[in-house]
Amino acid sequence: MTAATLTPTFAPAGSAAVELDGVVKSYGSHRALDGIRLAVRPGEFVALLGPSGCGKTTALRALAGLESIDEGRIEIDGRDVQDLPTNRRDIGMVFQSYSLFPHLTALENVEFGLRMRKVARAERRARALESLALVGLDERGGRFAHELSGGQQQRVALARALVTRPRVLLLDEPLSALDAKVRVSLREQIRRIQTELGITTLFVTHDQEEALAVADRVAVMNAGRIEQIGTPEELYRTPATAFVADFVGLSSGLPGELHGDTVELYGTRLPVLPGETVPDGAVRVAVRPEDVRFTDAADGIPATVVSSSFLGSLRRTVVRLDDGVLLSVQHDVGQAFTAGDGIRFVFAGSPVRVGEDTSRGIRRA
Amino acid sequence: MSRRRPASELAPRGLTRGLILGLVGLLWAVPIVGMIEFTLRGGLEGGHTFDRWVLVFTGGLDASYKPLWTALGNSLVLAAVTVVIVLVLLVPTMVLVHLRFPRLRRPLEFLCLLPITIPAIVIVVGLAPVYSVVARIFGSGTWTLAFAYGILVLPFAYRSIQANLDAVDVKTLTEAARSLGASWGTVLIRVLLPNLRRGLLAAAVIAVAVVLGEFTIASLLNRNNLQTALVVLNKDDPFIAVVFALLALLFAFVLLVLIGRFGAPTRRRTE
Repeated sequence: MTAATLTPTFAPAGSAAVELDGVVKSYGSHRALDGIRLAVRPGEFVALLGPSGCGKTTALRALAGLESIDEGRIEIDGRDVQDLPTNRRDIGMVFQSYSLFPHLTALENVEFGLRMRKVARAERRARALESLALVGLDERGGRFAHELSGGQQQRVALARALVTRPRVLLLDEPLSALDAKVRVSLREQIRRIQTELGITTLFVTHDQEEALAVADRVAVMNAGRIEQIGTPEELYRTPATAFVADFVGLSSGLPGELHGDTVELYGTRLPVLPGETVPDGAVRVAVRPEDVRFTDAADGIPATVVSSSFLGSLRRTVVRLDDGVLLSVQHDVGQAFTAGDGIRFVFAGSPVRVGEDTSRGIRRA
Repeated sequence: MSRRRPASELAPRGLTRGLILGLVGLLWAVPIVGMIEFTLRGGLEGGHTFDRWVLVFTGGLDASYKPLWTALGNSLVLAAVTVVIVLVLLVPTMVLVHLRFPRLRRPLEFLCLLPITIPAIVIVVGLAPVYSVVARIFGSGTWTLAFAYGILVLPFAYRSIQANLDAVDVKTLTEAARSLGASWGTVLIRVLLPNLRRGLLAAAVIAVAVVLGEFTIASLLNRNNLQTALVVLNKDDPFIAVVFALLALLFAFVLLVLIGRFGAPTRRRTE
């Protein structure tokens, strides 16, 4: 895959609430952050998305001052914070693991940040209760962490992070320890509160569905670099690199032949998304499951059904082409198949992203 | 349907458990009961009397027992200074190593456990020249023994504090407190110490117990503590010496009970 040569969508100079510029962090010979550039506008919700080890958590921790950086500049509200210790950066943070202080009640936990800022007792209590009410837990203020469920603990942690009205809210995979249903409801709650308060937020996650669902913009990270920053739609529809195409949303990798701005795929010519840097020749083409249609026409490409999954409002069927390559197809629930069925399909003609074919015949579906 | 619970199945049941507990209890009880009986003996006339216990508790012991009271005072001061040394030096060091220098954990553990492998007599041989320097700086007060005792209690204090450190997510709690605006001092006092309470209490009590029972180092460095005084007293009045030995045992026992009671994790329920 080619190295991304993208310029992140920067906010106009001076208006960024958070800015990371050329940030480098190495652990021995491993570069965890390789010149990160990221600007977050005031009130914006940006997700850092990437596989484990891509540097997303390191970037967040560097911003929080929990990791030192080797090179680059970090600004919060236009102020260089590099020399400021964590406790003076005015941030709110929610961690992946449960971080409530076990010896304090939920209310006392939420009061902690205000106590550090020497807020008077009466005001402290009132603001802490208000913050707990924001996450719907004002009735549980007297409980200790061990008396709360995982989801409730993370909600108290969120209330605790928000009560001081920090300049930036940092969320380090706060939902990953929770079960699926709680995860979805809590992420919606986080988004609602963030919109209500208009607080600049950075959210680290490895779950693309989560990132696409809540963020205004998503920064996809790989190997210590940001591959692309954009709205969820931009990332999905016009992935800047094959990595982004592969990582965001579901896509199948098919062998094709690149000719300038088109790619030939099993006899079909498809347009290639602009900005391609891969040389002509054999490439790997990322095809979204919704960009494939079943057909009865005799010129359709033949394949055999491997499996078919019912997903509620739609169905996803995996088919095997004659050369053994697997392809995912998303279609109407009305069309049902069983394994072994012979079908024909065509490509819908949407533009595709291609990558260097380093894995032909290995990476499938 | 019965669920398989291997651990509890391996544990002895009913009669066996009672038998084991009884035997161990007897083993512990024999010397203590023997000591109590000894203090009650009526001397040459025979019979048993509580006179000596009454003497001790009514302040009826004459001036010849004064060194014993002084020694008891010395031991209590030594215990307090040793606990302070452990809390002020060892705890922050262990927290720092745990958070910032995890690679130093093994060397620190080795260093802290080392004193348990070295016989007290060998430690004294090493300490003698050190104490000639210590005496020049701090004088030759008995309390200076606490420096040596600080080393002596390291293995026990280290173990109890480390077990507590491992049971608490110190890193996340620290980072959470830091992100909320807490300075390092505040993190230690308001967040870590309350959550390490059990380990710290255990370390403190064990330190007190070790100091109250220490004889070799005090004797060889010519300092006067409870144990050395008891040995001296034993030559004059073995009965009163045993009364005090029993009281020291009781004190250590009460301390252990207290730690079990107040060292348990907080389970306040306010609603």
